Amino acid sequence: MVSELQQRMQKSFQENVSEEYLMDCMRCGFCLPACPTYLATNQDETHSPRGRISLMKAMRDGDVVWDGSVEEAFDMCLGCRACEPACPAGVQYGVLIEETRVAVQQAKPQGRLEKTVRKTAFDGIFADQKKMATAVKLVQFYQRSGLQAATRKIGFLNLFPPFMKEMEGVLPKVESKRKRASLKKPQTARVAFFTGCLMDTLFQNTNRKTIEMLEWLGAEVILPKEQQCCGALHGHSGEMDKGLRNARANIDAFDSDDFDYIVNNAGGCGAFLSEYGKHLQNDKRYMKKAERFSRKTIDISSLFVKLGMNLRLKAMEAEEKSIVTYQDSCHLRNVNQVFLEPRSLLEDAPGFEYKELKDAGSCCGSAGIYNLLQPEMAGKILTSKMKEVKKLQPTKIVTSNPGCLMQMQIGIQKEGLEQEIQAVHIVDFLYDVILKD
Amino acid sequence: MESEIKNSFKSVVGAEYVKDSKAQLFAYSYDATANFQALPDLVLSPKNTEEVQEIVKICDKEQIPIVPRGSGTNLAAGTVPTKGGIVLLFNNMNKILELDKENLTVTVQPGVITQDLSIYVEQNGLFYPPDPSSMKISTIGGNVSENSGGLRGLKYGVTKDYVKALTLVTPDGGIVKLGGKLAKDVAGYDLMSLLIGGEGTLGIITEITLKLIPLPAVKKTGIAYFNSLEDAAKTVSAIISNRIIPVTLEFMDKGTIGAVEDFMKIGLPREAEAMLLMEQDGNKEQVDEDIRQMIAIAEEMGATSAILAASEKEAASLKAGRRVALSALSRKRPTTILEDATVPRSEIAKMVRAIQDIALKYDVEISTFGHAGDGNLHPTCLTDIRDREEMDRVERALDEIFHIAIELGGTITGEHGVGEMKAPYLEWKLGASGMNLMRSIKQSIDPKNIMNPGKIFAKETKKRLVIHNGQ
Repeated sequence: MVSELQQRMQKSFQENVSEEYLMDCMRCGFCLPACPTYLATNQDETHSPRGRISLMKAMRDGDVVWDGSVEEAFDMCLGCRACEPACPAGVQYGVLIEETRVAVQQAKPQGRLEKTVRKTAFDGIFADQKKMATAVKLVQFYQRSGLQAATRKIGFLNLFPPFMKEMEGVLPKVESKRKRASLKKPQTARVAFFTGCLMDTLFQNTNRKTIEMLEWLGAEVILPKEQQCCGALHGHSGEMDKGLRNARANIDAFDSDDFDYIVNNAGGCGAFLSEYGKHLQNDKRYMKKAERFSRKTIDISSLFVKLGMNLRLKAMEAEEKSIVTYQDSCHLRNVNQVFLEPRSLLEDAPGFEYKELKDAGSCCGSAGIYNLLQPEMAGKILTSKMKEVKKLQPTKIVTSNPGCLMQMQIGIQKEGLEQEIQAVHIVDFLYDVILKD
Repeated sequence: MESEIKNSFKSVVGAEYVKDSKAQLFAYSYDATANFQALPDLVLSPKNTEEVQEIVKICDKEQIPIVPRGSGTNLAAGTVPTKGGIVLLFNNMNKILELDKENLTVTVQPGVITQDLSIYVEQNGLFYPPDPSSMKISTIGGNVSENSGGLRGLKYGVTKDYVKALTLVTPDGGIVKLGGKLAKDVAGYDLMSLLIGGEGTLGIITEITLKLIPLPAVKKTGIAYFNSLEDAAKTVSAIISNRIIPVTLEFMDKGTIGAVEDFMKIGLPREAEAMLLMEQDGNKEQVDEDIRQMIAIAEEMGATSAILAASEKEAASLKAGRRVALSALSRKRPTTILEDATVPRSEIAKMVRAIQDIALKYDVEISTFGHAGDGNLHPTCLTDIRDREEMDRVERALDEIFHIAIELGGTITGEHGVGEMKAPYLEWKLGASGMNLMRSIKQSIDPKNIMNPGKIFAKETKKRLVIHNGQ
């Protein structure tokens, strides 16, 4: 007897997960050594891209019965997409796991708590920049009021899972929004700045510095007003329709002017922005605009390189040398193939010696909100990451994405290395090197 | 499987090293072979030879099939548990045990990844030549059980040329040590040879000692493009008859070049009909001279371009491109079925031509790449398993490729193994008496047929294709 849930789930996989993409996998196994969860589980095929694809196909074909173990196999995926550049067959794993999450999301009965959380997160905070600002104000209040100090003292946070506690410990100090720098005459490029919901609130200092540095490099920076969260978090969590709602709003927001680039400083957002074109390819009204939007999307390191920052760095002098290293943002590296540009900037930074972190391209375990959902696996991955960090003894770990930044801070904190090592966003790092005085 | 038996396995390896959830059993139901899939009853990860021995004893008593599996990159369905039973993993037996610098050997557990071993010994100035294309993830245990080849086979041979000693758990649960760190050993039958390439059908290998050689000082890579497949094939024969034995003499046809370029984006010329990758290693003078000569021969045979790779990096990416050829080809069509026909080197041009003719005759898409210098080609059918009519033509085309390979003095598989996929063709190569001899060996060592059953020996041999010429 096939249960009602099984029927619904199979139908949902058939409707949402493309057979053609599944057929692209020929099961050669070349993805296995690239997959952080395969390695962290001592080579459990269940937690590999090849294993997950075979389970997606099995769900579609009705060859496997949906149960907790199948669900776990999908949930355990970081979505880092390190398997994509490793795949000679060109399997679009990112699309497949997103489609799978939609399929599961639509067919799975939800508990009331999960429903509320999802609704608040995806229809509330991450859908509307004002609500995000309000949420961040709460964080600000929490920090300023002394409540943070108090809760830390009385161990209020012990009530939460250990990872939540770690997250809380590394929340950046939020500064109140300042008036943005006024526009200067464009010399090198007209750049529209995609501020990102988290970056614009929790990390608004970094955004301010991004603008200053771009202007220092002679660019005109424009901040389209109606922009919203990129929609990546929705897309990765099986709420693609809501992600695309945000995408369309952003495309409209950035469509009015003729920009040379649409720049972002968060790897996770940037990858999703660069795939608007792909996601909206069947939307007649938006497909062309989406394509153009994606083509103009660029990450901050690449734009810095294009605007000649390397030469300026090389011209500067500094005596002291300390070690700096870099942890890749998975999506910046695996989706946008950007990994040389940030490294070249660090190599040219005066006062620092760049050393490559072993397996820098492998996920740190942050993966959006993965470290909240799968704390055990995320912790395992982070521990092996920190092992490599300790071998290098850097003073700075530079990142290109807010999630990675916080995760590396958690790692530093867990190892008790706060005095020796600092995790910083690449923009903040370069700002300190160049413009601090 | 009864829960009582399951529990006895659990008590051998410990519950945390047993996989039996629905998702896990499914994840171990396949390897890299298209169209073969079957669920195991249990997946076990023993930690040492003794645990393997205990597992085998239970399997022997209860007559449970046992399938040893490395990373599941097999291309002949050799690691698919088609009769159910135990899938045996070596993820807990993946240590390099000893590097012996006096005897130039390395002793490893079966789960060591081939590339990890290769890097490790090279850091010590030594060299382990076998380099199957899947070496980034394949295991030494899998390589030994399949007698894997690779890109360096022409000069350095294949896995069996490097195995010095094995520890084996026999189907009745005994432990046998074969070979040793010896240059010579004629004490009795060469049982090791049976185990190497035995595809897990005669016992479970739990420890391997490999021969190492000094790391060559220099290597250089040449590359040649051709307007016809035959010019490339003639170049291969001419190089060897000029008494040059390069490390690598790899071949890719137009379809393969395009697919590899799609993935690698290294600037391969899509318009070329064929390319040859020619690598030599050794001392500098000899390497320079051999490469110079090979380039000259290629030009003489009509290469449109024949040059030295500009840098070590370019050479590495060309080789990487060749390694991913099969997987890259699979982007063209939903299903990829590859063959492993091998002929004497002298027959390579004939074989290449025959494959082209067969593709036309059956109207199927075949791209070919392979170890041209070894006479080992990988004609790969690009098809769609859901299209029965097309699959039927594919099958007939592949039958004919096997047939021609054997006619030319070749074999049905050079390096991928027989597994379950090629078992129906094995008699074509061995004949009835050859099969009987092999069967009697299998029966005397594994009378209960628990060791990877269904592999090598087919229920039925495929009817030999009759080819009409000149019709």
